[in-house]
Amino acid sequence: MAASERVTVALRTQEDVVSLRHRVREQAVVLRFSLLDQTKIVTAASELARNAVIYGGGGEAIIETSLNNGRDGLTLTVIDHGPGIPNVEDAMRAGFSTGGGLGLGLSGTRRLVDEFELRSEVGQGTSVRIVRWK
Amino acid sequence: MTSTRSVTPVPLVRAKYETVLESWIAEQKRSATARPDLISDSDLARQSSEVLSTLLEGLDSGSLDVSGPAWEHMRAALRGISLSRVRLGFSPSETVLFILSLKEPIFDPLQELDPSNRAEAILELNKLIDRLALVTSEVYQQGREEVILRQQQEMLELSTPVVKLWQGILALPLIGTLDSERTQVVMESLLQAIVDTGSTIAIIDITGVPTVDTKVAQHLIQTVAAARLMGADCMISGIRPQIAQTIIHLGITLPDVVTKATLADAFLVALDRLGQHVVATDPVSAAGR
Ligand SMILES: Nc1ncnc2c1ncn2[C@@H]1O[C@H](COP(=O)(O)OP(=O)(O)OP(=O)(O)O)[C@@H](O)[C@H]1O
Ligand SMILES: [Mg+2]
Repeated sequence: MAASERVTVALRTQEDVVSLRHRVREQAVVLRFSLLDQTKIVTAASELARNAVIYGGGGEAIIETSLNNGRDGLTLTVIDHGPGIPNVEDAMRAGFSTGGGLGLGLSGTRRLVDEFELRSEVGQGTSVRIVRWK
Repeated sequence: MTSTRSVTPVPLVRAKYETVLESWIAEQKRSATARPDLISDSDLARQSSEVLSTLLEGLDSGSLDVSGPAWEHMRAALRGISLSRVRLGFSPSETVLFILSLKEPIFDPLQELDPSNRAEAILELNKLIDRLALVTSEVYQQGREEVILRQQQEMLELSTPVVKLWQGILALPLIGTLDSERTQVVMESLLQAIVDTGSTIAIIDITGVPTVDTKVAQHLIQTVAAARLMGADCMISGIRPQIAQTIIHLGITLPDVVTKATLADAFLVALDRLGQHVVATDPVSAAGR
């Protein structure tokens, strides 16, 4: 059996971050993720979405699920067209924050998922793609 | 707009003040949008006379710029009336019609003018009242937003009760999303309760918080630090295993905070700290459990 689904969620406000969390949770349940894996991917989604709203001036998130016999997984891509990250190495460092946060969002997210890919260009925006396999 | 001087013969209107006022009030009561259920006759009369006399005061200045200093009293009056109508439950159009319905009554005294002067004055008053209606509608919108905001605030407060568990021990059962605004409310009510009850231990229970991300963690850390400044130590209970693991992966450390699986566990620790403990009154049935 092979099936896949794709859901797009606009990210403009804190409420949008909450609704993204709900959508990701729903999809993780469909994939029969364990409670721990659900929590991890939902938390990761929350981090990326909040960054897109706060630093990226809003954006969108795409949730993709693939149910294959081989590999089930949830892919989340969060895109914004904000100012971009001038120094990705800094941003990925635990404790680095330009917004008075704990500065753990990006580095923590990387540890919560199986694949983590960040692309950012100053003046163009930022896109982060994460995958959690079942 | 500022350069235009008013051509309305104010003395003429003022001479018929009572008549204008009476027919305006009558007009409002006759109208399909009258709301005798929401406002008393005396309040309606008072508001109408306030608006009419302030309108004449504004016209006396000769200025027609309703956003200028000469119309400050008028704007204040409309603001007060609009806001009170928001609270009373008037709709936006009912509120605006209150001002618009002044047109016909106020045109009446102008009958005495010769046709060209009359036309000019009517045109002027017509425009002026339209602009005042606009002011009213803007204030109404703002007022409505404020009311909604206040209601949200009130709901926030309702949803974050601080419970006194024991002499010296408070509990704060959090439910739902802990965003910045909510944290502010939570923190304030907790600190207030610490002061009011003289408690030295506060248990923050997060059983009802579905996601603890770095922002929620930061809010918890801030709340703990603020409580400590007020002389109370915090414990955090209700951290489910999957949330505990996720927090660790994120690299979050909750500094110097006792964490417990359940509120009951935390309560026992709190009692112990206060030198008290729970004793079974019937050792036999307690052992049988
Ligand atoms: N989408 C983005 N656009 C622009 N800058 C970003 C974006 N995401 C992150 N950054 C930058 O990277 C820094 C680190 O991000 P990270 O999520 O790790 O921490 P934080 O958001 O500052 O705090 P926390 O997530 O712990 O609340 C941010 O402070 C910000 O400067
Ligand atoms: Mg972040």
